[in-house]
Amino acid sequence: MSDAPEKKVMKKTPRTEMPTQAPMLRIQNYLEVALGYTEADAKAEADRCIQCKKPMCRQGCPVEIDIKGFIGQLQKGDLPGAYKVLRDYNSLPAVCGRVCPQETQCEGSCILGKNPDKTGGPVCIGRLERYVADTFAARLAQGDSACLQITGEAACRMERPELKVACIGGGPSSLTVAGYLAALGIKVTVFEALHEVGGVLVYGIPEFRLPKEIVRREVEAMKALGVEFKTNWVGGKAILVNELFDQGYKAVFLGVGAGLPQFMNVPGENNIGVFSANEYLTRVNLGRAYDFPNHDTPIFKADNVAVIGGGNVAMDAARTALRLGAKNVYIVYRRTKDEMPARHEELEHAIEEGVQLKCLCGPLEFVGDENKRLKSIRLQKMCLGEPDASGRCRPVAMEGQTDELEVGLAVIAVGTRPNPILLEATPGLKLTKRGYIEADPETGETSIHGVFAGGDIVTGAATVISAMGAGRKAAKEIARRVLGTDL
Amino acid sequence: MSYRILQKKILIPGQTTLLVIDAPHVAAKAKPGNFVILRTSEKGERIPLTIADCDAKAGTVTIVFLVVGKSTAELNTFEEGMSLPDFCGPLGKATHIEKQGTVICVGGGTGVAAMHHIAKGHAAAGNHVVAVIGARNKDLLLFCTELGTFCPEVLVATDDGSVGHKGFVTEVLKKRLEEDKDVSEVVAIGPVPMMEAVAKVTKPFGVKTTVSLNSIMVDGIGMCGACRCTVGGETKFACVDGPEFDGHAVDFGELRLRLGQFKPEEQESMKLFQQKCQCGEGK
Repeated sequence: MSDAPEKKVMKKTPRTEMPTQAPMLRIQNYLEVALGYTEADAKAEADRCIQCKKPMCRQGCPVEIDIKGFIGQLQKGDLPGAYKVLRDYNSLPAVCGRVCPQETQCEGSCILGKNPDKTGGPVCIGRLERYVADTFAARLAQGDSACLQITGEAACRMERPELKVACIGGGPSSLTVAGYLAALGIKVTVFEALHEVGGVLVYGIPEFRLPKEIVRREVEAMKALGVEFKTNWVGGKAILVNELFDQGYKAVFLGVGAGLPQFMNVPGENNIGVFSANEYLTRVNLGRAYDFPNHDTPIFKADNVAVIGGGNVAMDAARTALRLGAKNVYIVYRRTKDEMPARHEELEHAIEEGVQLKCLCGPLEFVGDENKRLKSIRLQKMCLGEPDASGRCRPVAMEGQTDELEVGLAVIAVGTRPNPILLEATPGLKLTKRGYIEADPETGETSIHGVFAGGDIVTGAATVISAMGAGRKAAKEIARRVLGTDL
Repeated sequence: MSYRILQKKILIPGQTTLLVIDAPHVAAKAKPGNFVILRTSEKGERIPLTIADCDAKAGTVTIVFLVVGKSTAELNTFEEGMSLPDFCGPLGKATHIEKQGTVICVGGGTGVAAMHHIAKGHAAAGNHVVAVIGARNKDLLLFCTELGTFCPEVLVATDDGSVGHKGFVTEVLKKRLEEDKDVSEVVAIGPVPMMEAVAKVTKPFGVKTTVSLNSIMVDGIGMCGACRCTVGGETKFACVDGPEFDGHAVDFGELRLRLGQFKPEEQESMKLFQQKCQCGEGK
């Protein structure tokens, strides 16, 4: 392979697109939409990186990956080396390469993005991250010695079994804490309430965006590092925080996720055919209901489906409904397409697949038949008013102007509230006004000494990577305390 | 981790079965009124079952189930020594138990099992517990002997009159309430129509009435809202706000309809399972 990159001249090279399954084909299956880079794609894209002296991309990354470093290794053709750099910062690179909102993070900060007309746009950092993680895993599975050496080094760290740390919740923040601490030889036990580890990665994000096999692979890698996973253990029910300290755990991390689905308080909400996005997606993803009756969990189907909300969860639900055979799937959103909080890519994918946007309206009533089966939604038409605190224009109801949308299934994806189970069972744990856990923004420590928290249970519903960022901060502090004398 | 079945007792052949499961961490925390969620296989559905009894010392949890669909039919194929892949609990809010005088616990069908655990809790708290249980005939009566060990009164109703009162539990309950005005609470667990009827009977007496709702659930920890029900005009989640609610405030009509949400899928699943069993492919 070539020598270290020489001084690069900025020249316009378009971003290397990632091949996807064609829209009309992919809505007939549940397989991943984006197919991944080939070696040539990855090389071409890596070569677009100009290896800035002071890289901005890294500052955009919640877990501060040495992006320049891993892309530099790729430019040299050293894939195991690139993986090692990633893994030093990120326990879940194959996941982040797929689900991170890179456009507002690393890629949003990439210098090439400042002048896309001249440069072709930011480096596709997320796609490269995915390529490195996937290719490394494939080579490892084939017994590639360079790859084996890297995982071998990780496994040969000094073990400190007397230093025990517990994580409650098995989602992205806890997995990050577990991965970070296990690499230092600390014995981590993860208590997961559901029967499968991964949190939102397994119950929320659909297979077509994040194959569950990838989550399993990352979890297996952590098991190899000595992390113990206890599924079917509900924090606050089967195990209490103070009991963990009694059992010799030196610190406890709470990463229990956002919790209860928000409903809208409109008439007919409990009619048959009205679901929370959490239920709809959990049935399909965790329960594999797309494979019913081969898997036992059933799912509700209808020809016409409305999804209420404009975030990523709404997109996931709408695209899932299409794959389950719906003829018409509507996204009902009270603002316009421009204000939707969903990632641009998710929205584009949804539209390509045939999801129809019904903007500037919101449900007034879920109308049921005599057996309370949903038959339509009565909608209030809206227009945009003055900007609110978030800077987005406030939706304003247009007096007397309503619409009716005939649907047999409605999925409500308008956010979540904190889950009370663990919070009520942990006396002394200080909560915010909104009911989430109050945690130090730098260390993640809560009002209870030695108890840390991160992810959606601190911030309210946010992204996988922000949860991982919080997990990483907490893990650093836990490591400092556990390995030092502070605790 | 898996959860071994230490004892299997067929209470009513082909219909109702009792399993004693080795699950020390659940048994250590389980209280009357709690439920568990289990799966029968890696492809299984998460199903909620109310705890019928538990023994913290032995580390065991007892469940009783009625074979109503594929998952419970498959559960019924498990024998002693076999293990369940998933068994999660204790879930839900425990029954509010305090010393309060006379408590009447009404159980119908398989609900008698769950009622048994609650009655036991009330008895342990020093309450005078009256058990009222019913079934079609005397052979289908559950937990009659067990209830007798701690309930000073066990009143029985059977459809055919083969034992006790010929008729419904609600008739027995009404009579008992008329005889003794000093009843502090009525607890009812069983099929929805029975709980609804009990609430109707107790209403004129102004007695606090607690029912335990058997809504459809997925996660059982408040994440999905599948189990939502209307209580006093407000939406509640049976899994985290319940499963016990004020029987006079529950919208039973809605509950009944919501329980039927997946009827066609349940039938399809059951049919496939039976075909497999006939072909000898079943467990």
